[in-house]
Amino acid sequence: MGYEAVIGLEIHCQLNTKTKIFCGCSTKFGEATNKNICPICTGMPGALPVLNKKAVEYGMRAALALHCQIQAQNVFARKNYFYPDLPKGYQISQFDRPLALNGWLDIESQQGNLRVGITRIHLEEDAGKLIHQGADRIQGSDYSLVNLNRACTPLIEIVSEPDMRTPEQARLYVESIRSIVRYLGICDGNMEEGSLRCDANISIRPEGSQKLGTKVEVKNMNSFRSIERAIAIEIQRQIAAVDNGEVILQETRHFDEATGKTSSMRSKEESHDYRYFPEPDLLPVLISEEWIHEVEKDMPMLPADRKKKYVGEWGLSDYDAEVLLQDKETSEFFEKTVVLGADPKLVCNWLMGDIAAYLKNNNLALSSAKLTPESLKQLLELIGSGKISGKIGKSILDKMMDTGDAPTKIMELEGLTQIENIDEVKTIVQRIIEANPGPREQYRNGKTATIGFFVGQIMKETKGRAKPELVNKLLQEML
Amino acid sequence: MEPAQLSASELSNLLKNKEISATDILDSVYKKIESSENKINAYISLTKEQAYVQAKSVDKKIALGEKLNPLEGIPVAIKDNLCIKGVRTTCASKILKNFIAPYNATVIDKLHAEGCIPIGKTNLDEFAMGSSTENSAFGPSRNPWDYACVPGGSSGGSAACIAADEAIIALGSDTGGSIRQPAAFCGVVGLKPTYGRVSRYGLVAFASSLDQIGPITKNVTDSAFLMNVISGYDSYDSTSNTVPVPDYTKSLIPDIKGLKIGVIKELMGSGTSKGVRDAIQKSINTLTSLGASCEEVSLPSFEYAVATYYIIAPAEASANLARFDGVRYGYRSKENETLVEMYEKTRSEGFGPEVKRRIMIGTYALSSGYYDAYYLKAQKVRTIIRDDFNKQFEKYDVIISPTAPTVAFKFGEKTKDPLSMYLSDIATISINLAGIPAISIPCGFSEGLPVGLQIIGKHFAEETILRCAYAFEQNTDYHKQRPALT
Repeated sequence: MGYEAVIGLEIHCQLNTKTKIFCGCSTKFGEATNKNICPICTGMPGALPVLNKKAVEYGMRAALALHCQIQAQNVFARKNYFYPDLPKGYQISQFDRPLALNGWLDIESQQGNLRVGITRIHLEEDAGKLIHQGADRIQGSDYSLVNLNRACTPLIEIVSEPDMRTPEQARLYVESIRSIVRYLGICDGNMEEGSLRCDANISIRPEGSQKLGTKVEVKNMNSFRSIERAIAIEIQRQIAAVDNGEVILQETRHFDEATGKTSSMRSKEESHDYRYFPEPDLLPVLISEEWIHEVEKDMPMLPADRKKKYVGEWGLSDYDAEVLLQDKETSEFFEKTVVLGADPKLVCNWLMGDIAAYLKNNNLALSSAKLTPESLKQLLELIGSGKISGKIGKSILDKMMDTGDAPTKIMELEGLTQIENIDEVKTIVQRIIEANPGPREQYRNGKTATIGFFVGQIMKETKGRAKPELVNKLLQEML
Repeated sequence: MEPAQLSASELSNLLKNKEISATDILDSVYKKIESSENKINAYISLTKEQAYVQAKSVDKKIALGEKLNPLEGIPVAIKDNLCIKGVRTTCASKILKNFIAPYNATVIDKLHAEGCIPIGKTNLDEFAMGSSTENSAFGPSRNPWDYACVPGGSSGGSAACIAADEAIIALGSDTGGSIRQPAAFCGVVGLKPTYGRVSRYGLVAFASSLDQIGPITKNVTDSAFLMNVISGYDSYDSTSNTVPVPDYTKSLIPDIKGLKIGVIKELMGSGTSKGVRDAIQKSINTLTSLGASCEEVSLPSFEYAVATYYIIAPAEASANLARFDGVRYGYRSKENETLVEMYEKTRSEGFGPEVKRRIMIGTYALSSGYYDAYYLKAQKVRTIIRDDFNKQFEKYDVIISPTAPTVAFKFGEKTKDPLSMYLSDIATISINLAGIPAISIPCGFSEGLPVGLQIIGKHFAEETILRCAYAFEQNTDYHKQRPALT
């Protein structure tokens, strides 16, 4: 009997507001331990939370991008549980009155287009981070230390409907969410640093059945690859179990990247009763139509809309547009260069070709390289007008990325301007022909392909500064 | 009279006229503390050193002829659930026995800005849970009128120290009567402001939607002065209100002609002791003689107030007290094998029985499957209680009642039966649920112990209750009577 998997995802995105959600501490990553803390985010007795409006606006952006209904009144609630990384003994989250409800996101998978429903988006605070000594968990460690820099950092949790059927769809969904939050400028989407985290709810059922099976929650998937892998492995585990006559238990399982297995963390019976109740220290958040419009006005363009523009207005292929849009910086660089007047197809080729190669070789991000849209546009103009060859252009590009200088400046410094004087080129051609009597004879005996050898020699001599068409023409005449 | 026996407004005038120094006042108050503390036990900690530094700077200002703020140089006692930076803040609990607060509560910043001088931290029922200060890990405070009696609670230390002249003015906190009931038991004035009038930032939370900080003083005038200092919106407390703060001393007019007063019928029956009823009846006569009209009003929801309160307050407390887990500060049980064991032992050893009882009640009330029947239902009743009061305030300017059904009771009298202890707050609890302001003022004696008159106003009508209280006070002398302290 065949099985169908049913997959729903919960994604936590750390919002990159300057300050935390309930206090004025910085959210900067990688600071000294327990540096960005205050009485509020460390849960000192008597301290009270105050909501960061920016976090609400970032959440609203996500809600708008995912076609959700933003709720006119939403309410924070206390989620009660004990853990050493949770200073107050409860997390301030949202429960029955979340920020937004009922949205969707389209993804394109091998099975075709799929519209994934978004159940809800809610705001909450992050916990701190534990560092264990002597073991990798609190159990068995000699002692554990807590770093509260991350405590109280704003998060949104995006909960999907169980609309996905394959591990690939799940990965594509997360990739798409990541791309959206990055384009919205609300989350850097870095899964390794944990600024985007994903849990999956997975169940299986016989093909054709409409009844949902018992769901299992899988945690600890730290990359796109591990999302796809962990889900595939869990589906296989469930199918094997059912084929074996076992019953699937409702539980939370931990994915181990190293062993490629999921293992039980806690059963349904062991799961917490979070005893949610409305947070009395915060007023309900009232969101007016005007506020929504304001946020909407400042919304950056999303990848799907950008793709339409690249393909429709600027004539790129679907493939090229998608490659450019994989990275927000690259696509923004592309757009800026095109807006300055450069040819979209050329800019795209350079970005995907030589520029990407340079960045890869030097292990750089586009933002940390010294290239600007202005200088790239100038370079393309110089090539287009024939002032330099494409080949020289490439060598100039490397120097531009090293130094940040304008292409014209590099041309001057390196003496790379094209030799404009025909007589000068003629002299060189003459010299090369005379210096190579063997090939000259071959050519004259009808082996015309030898001309390539001469071109190469001349280019070497002139460091590529001679115009290729001119050299070709002169060689044919003079040989 | 010694300076410690005077009121803040009297001392303020003496300071202005250079007839006394701030240091003299401090000397006198600390002398009183020294002589009475073995009997009263009003304080958990004293802040002598900082207090004298502050007094000297006030005296310097006086010497330079600079203008003083109304409460500048006045010693103030602070309930020990309010954070003062660098000072031990215990909440009368073993779990915070050695906790040094790393920041100032907003009210403390405001007192400092005024030039008011905190002299020590006063005793309370652990985490403000109780009506007698018997739940303090630092031993109970005693009632200055009769050492065999409780001073009330939870702000028992603050009320007792005012009655015993161990401070000039004091701050308390009131979640279900914790300012008003001890004020009544100790024969002093206690005001619980409208919810949101005073910032709660730095008040160690018991029940966040009910807690409010307020003054405990020797007379109504001093309460008005202290309200001027502590009231107002605070960006650190989202539940504080932006309603403008009036000058409360402008309400100190001894004129209540035409004031319409409702008397809570449910609190004038057999549940209230005869001595207390008699004192209240006499007060009604006094108010009527001053030109006010008094008639009985019935609050149908009144009988549900205690039950409602003992769902909502413990529910909030169960979450508020979760932070005392031994991880970051406070008491931690040693030698534990596992994390859960550390939590369990730390909290079992660190909290007293009443706190544990309320954490359990609250945890239960919020549990899945019980939430709707308890917490949600209680919230609905709370709305009805509030509506009931609001309806009455369409007809009446203020509503009055006894502050407590009895005078101060004996130690141990109610500790065996938590329910009877809870019922001692029957007159005050519904006011917190409604979020409205109320003041308790001395209005007579029964069995040689003070009786308190509670005057309740509508939201942000502190001025009205102050005016009524002031008019009553100006025409009676109960507030002038002081315990013998032998």
